Amino acid sequence: MPKFILDGKEIEFEQGQTIIQAAKKSGITIPHFCWHESLSISGNCRVCLVEIEKMPKLAIACSTLAAEGMVVYSESDKALSARNAVMEFELINHPLDCPICDEAGECKLQDYAYSHGNGESRFNEEKAHKDKRVPLGPLVMFDGDRCISCSRCIRFCDEIAKESQLTFIKRGDRVTIVTYPGKQLDNPYSMNVTDICPVGALTSRDFRFKARVWELSSTKSICNGCSRGCNINLEVRNNQVLRLTPRQNDEVNSFWMCDHGRVNTYKFINAEDRVDSPYLRRKGALARSGWDEAFAAASSELKSYSKNEIAFIGSPYATCEDNFILSKFATQIIGTKHMDFIRHFNTSFGDNFLRQGDVTPNSFGAKAVGIFPGKGGLDLDGIIKAVKDGQIKAVYLMEDDMIAFNPELQEIFSKLDLFIVHATNFNKTTELADIVFPASTYAEKHGTIVNSDGRVQRLKPAVATFDVDRALEGMSLSRWDKFGTKFDSWAEGNKRDARSSWRILAGLSGAMGHKYKYGTAEEVFMDIAKSINAFSGLDYEVIGELGAKLKLDSVTKPVIA
Amino acid sequence: MALKRRKKDLTFLEKIYIPEIAKGLALTFKNMLKPKFTMQYPEEKFIPPPSYRGRPVLVMEENGLERCVACGLCSRVCPPLAIEVQAAETDREKERYPIKFEINMLRCIFCGLCEEVCPEEAIVMSKDYELAFTNRKDALYGKDKLLTPVKQLQDRINFLRNYK
Repeated sequence: MPKFILDGKEIEFEQGQTIIQAAKKSGITIPHFCWHESLSISGNCRVCLVEIEKMPKLAIACSTLAAEGMVVYSESDKALSARNAVMEFELINHPLDCPICDEAGECKLQDYAYSHGNGESRFNEEKAHKDKRVPLGPLVMFDGDRCISCSRCIRFCDEIAKESQLTFIKRGDRVTIVTYPGKQLDNPYSMNVTDICPVGALTSRDFRFKARVWELSSTKSICNGCSRGCNINLEVRNNQVLRLTPRQNDEVNSFWMCDHGRVNTYKFINAEDRVDSPYLRRKGALARSGWDEAFAAASSELKSYSKNEIAFIGSPYATCEDNFILSKFATQIIGTKHMDFIRHFNTSFGDNFLRQGDVTPNSFGAKAVGIFPGKGGLDLDGIIKAVKDGQIKAVYLMEDDMIAFNPELQEIFSKLDLFIVHATNFNKTTELADIVFPASTYAEKHGTIVNSDGRVQRLKPAVATFDVDRALEGMSLSRWDKFGTKFDSWAEGNKRDARSSWRILAGLSGAMGHKYKYGTAEEVFMDIAKSINAFSGLDYEVIGELGAKLKLDSVTKPVIA
Repeated sequence: MALKRRKKDLTFLEKIYIPEIAKGLALTFKNMLKPKFTMQYPEEKFIPPPSYRGRPVLVMEENGLERCVACGLCSRVCPPLAIEVQAAETDREKERYPIKFEINMLRCIFCGLCEEVCPEEAIVMSKDYELAFTNRKDALYGKDKLLTPVKQLQDRINFLRNYK
């Protein structure tokens, strides 16, 4: 491989790579604003100027191709003084409004001003003023004053979202960004511009002023908006999820995620209608109960039906661990063959970039760990028909909303003698249920889900419940989490008495006289890896932060209806 | 062990202590005749100088609104985590304001770092030192207790401008 020398260090590169690319591959970051790994090169911010031997002038590292034997200095006096000068220039018209800017704390301009600025401005003239607080689209707010005209957002719309919606207008210090006449920044990936904006010019309207970024704890997780399984960070303050941001995984989502995933998939976690303890139906209404009481009630009720009168419905929203224990519980303890899960497809949601028509995160995994009818057992349609005919008298439903899926089922399912539901939030289905168990959401448990490509990825708890303690579970802690006490209104937030579905099922099986020996989700996964071929050789360590592929020849990919 | 000796032996006068006792009594009698500093608190109240750091308060402008833009720097810098700020949007020019601003006076250590870090001169240390609570809830000072008219805080603000 050809090599060049950067600050006295030999760096390997491939033909056609620029200096900044090759440096990044070797773990050296040359300061930059406008350059982005997956966007085209613009070269307008000039902050990546480096000194190259035998070149008359400084060159920008983002568009200069690396060449064999090139000697580059990014930290020489000449390069540094150029960088300081560029920083002074970038800051001429930038307002000093970090205190009211949402980007503060994760702002490139702020970071570089700290490391390369000279601390004061020599610009005594009035700064140029542009439009502030301009809603560019339903989810993105623009502040013209703060913009440094790097054009990342424009290139993102053109090249990644493939919908040209933004452009520069005017020239010189009056240059600003607008949407094309009659257009809005409303493509399904629009909020990614708020991540790539190196300053606070583009900010999320959903997260606007909700928190300062340094108050958030960040947990690596997976989006549950569709079966793509985009890697995300769950950002939490006071035990409330306040925003999701994409996390780089080149195998899945690169740097991006869609607006639906970012805005619509976390609010139910914080919602008021969360199921916060087990509920039993007493005199026609659901009433709070303790866990032992609910387990005893569910166990004695289940025992009063013959195994062919009970059907189990798993969930493509729940983890592999949850579904695995459900299938074990159904086949080994109850002995029924009637088992399936609901497939949620929305073909209009899918596109050829990230969004998938299967709008559940784990339908692949649910099937792979055994949620399908046994030999001679009924599938979902069969179960519904048998409930209608009265052959099935009891249904055990895990983490899904049947009635929202198909409102016609309301009448059919109200016929059931016993309807046990694991639910995260109260909904139309829990209205019919006889016993409701509070299930943890994807942000409150350890577990794995499998995306549509057969890639197993890890969920980690970011929100504490009675079941997972923030400190004991090794969850990420903000400064406020670390030093808060139960007397502080900002420390503990709203903790619910919810458990992972597999743990609920393990408790219930205990009440039925059969104890599972799993202590943690990891132990459940080890059992999955042992007993299911596709998962063999995998464990939480192997899956890591970026996931691992299933052995695909042993399972077939579910087909989108 | 070698016997430790004084550097200098005491003289006879020093040994009998009487001159020293007389000196001490002289000081006592002298001060008896001087003006008294004792205050009959709470009937009489101590008014501290501008450099005094009493409980932190929020500056209220003459239009009845706070200066604070809810940037959260005071909350970040506060060593005992006494301050909680929640921002919200307003139509005013500065875009944001604190919808909730709470200081837990049981946590506050009167260090004045909040005042030092504030970019808007919106939180200052007042002269109020009378803080007594009978339960934890009362110690949470919300905006209603924190907002103080700028006129009452003027000498602290002047002090800060001179010495900060």
